[in-house]
Amino acid sequence: MSIDLKTIKHISKLSRISVDEKKAEKLAGDLNSIFEFIEKLNELKTDNVGPLTSVAETTLKLRPDEVKSKNIREQIIKNSPQDNEDYFVVPKVIE
Amino acid sequence: MSDITKQSLTELVENIKNKNLSSTDVTKAFIDRSEKSKELNAYVTEDFTSALDKAKKFDQKPNLDLKLPGIPMAVKDLFCTKDVKTTAGSKILNNFVPTYESTVTENIWKEGAILLGKLNCDEFAMGSSNETSFFGNVQNPIDKDLVPGGSSGGSASAVAGQLTPITIGTDTGGSIRQPASFTGTVGLKPTYGSCSRYGIVAFASSLDQAGPMAQNVKDCALLQEVISTYDPKDSTSIDFKRNQYSKELTNNIKGKKIGIPKEYRVDGMPKEIEDLWQKGIQYIKDCGAQTIDISLPHTSYALPTYYIVAPAEASSNLARYDGVKYGFRAEGENLIDMYEKTRSEGFGAEVQRRIMIGTYVLSSGYYDAYYLKAQKVRKLIKNDFDEAYKNVDAILTPSTPSSAFKIGEKTNDPVSMYLNDIFTVPVNLAGLPGISIPAGHDSKGYPLGLQIIGKAFDEQNILNIAFAMEEKINFKNKITDWWIK
Repeated sequence: MSIDLKTIKHISKLSRISVDEKKAEKLAGDLNSIFEFIEKLNELKTDNVGPLTSVAETTLKLRPDEVKSKNIREQIIKNSPQDNEDYFVVPKVIE
Repeated sequence: MSDITKQSLTELVENIKNKNLSSTDVTKAFIDRSEKSKELNAYVTEDFTSALDKAKKFDQKPNLDLKLPGIPMAVKDLFCTKDVKTTAGSKILNNFVPTYESTVTENIWKEGAILLGKLNCDEFAMGSSNETSFFGNVQNPIDKDLVPGGSSGGSASAVAGQLTPITIGTDTGGSIRQPASFTGTVGLKPTYGSCSRYGIVAFASSLDQAGPMAQNVKDCALLQEVISTYDPKDSTSIDFKRNQYSKELTNNIKGKKIGIPKEYRVDGMPKEIEDLWQKGIQYIKDCGAQTIDISLPHTSYALPTYYIVAPAEASSNLARYDGVKYGFRAEGENLIDMYEKTRSEGFGAEVQRRIMIGTYVLSSGYYDAYYLKAQKVRKLIKNDFDEAYKNVDAILTPSTPSSAFKIGEKTNDPVSMYLNDIFTVPVNLAGLPGISIPAGHDSKGYPLGLQIIGKAFDEQNILNIAFAMEEKINFKNKITDWWIK
């Protein structure tokens, strides 16, 4: 298997990471060597193996549905790159 | 004063309790040494002024019943600390000041400890040499231009260099145990679910665990006792009976059965590592325990499995860094352009690489071939351990396939960097506890570690084995203070 530049462009779009030609070529090289290493898993037959979903065989605990964090708007907004005190601000979405 | 930083955590606690030392004395001594140790680049953020204030306040009304009374401590910069910048070693969180505290650090402060500062690490804990940090390389106190390991490289460097009496790291594929091994210190990765993940910057949620990094096994046990609590705020935290690890610590391991897995004898492993392992086996026997040859047949599949599962989870976890809610934002022509530029400029090369791998293996048409396949192999790896533990109480392996390497030596070859974690990764995949203890030196005088892997929730047992072995090994770290002018 080989990951070509077209695939790199596709993954970068899905990842929301912009990639120029030079970076795409470097990434293609890196990813191909990593996937070559990962392909080793194909040596194993796993048709009758169930996937591991959790290392600890416990069931999730239930808890009452209570509001515990109240009036923390200021805290939530505090680290935003841009806000108007009440909302996060992003570049214009609707023309 | 210079002797203070040479003391172990246990000695410092005793001396504060007996009023031989005040918290201010101790805090001052560690600040002083940290100030002289800038060349190690172990700190990302120093909080010395505030630490000294807290120490003085402690001394005015000392509560000596606490487990860490007035003990200064720097922590890995992956733990959210309220009102103190938390970067995860990334540009994208360069200006992030949490409004809340992680459960693990909260537990530490509740027992009387004082925050000294935040320690450097690989970006989002992705790396094995601390070279992916936005804040630069960390030097290993063992030798100049030597990596301290990673991702908890700043933590390992700070403990080995005596900039902090003890610290905490996080371990997703070896990030506590590998740097401990590279710096001649003790590092414990607890059972998955033992320490709360609440407030720890997430990398791979099914693998991440916080744990202590210390100068010796007893100190390590004491900190584990403090940080391991059931926490409803982490849905994977497990409510099991936790031991008083330091109080119950014993060197009596007579009759214990220790497994030696033949698959860990990998191709190209240096003879020094094999010799160290044989020495370890002898120490186990000298302690009155017995070694048994075992097989963990799927060991060689652990790393490929890890490099599907961990990036997949990371790509999902790191989707939150979008330049909107917190962290760095790059300007863009529209919303999508802003997202793409923010993430391209905010994340470093290794993080971008892993997000891309993760996105690919989870993408339509590839999920079954990669992610599902990896989760199935992960099951086989866990089954190997379950099978082995029918006959043994713990497993002994080398911690790493080599000693610490030079800065820059492996940065151009991701796969050779990943191979560092070959002995530590299976433990995370199976959710088990593992501890690395220093056990010898290589021909260059660099430390080498041995790893003891336990059954789930059996931290006490591996701490006891480590404690017994530590006594026999009598390891002395060769630190010359080369960085202090």
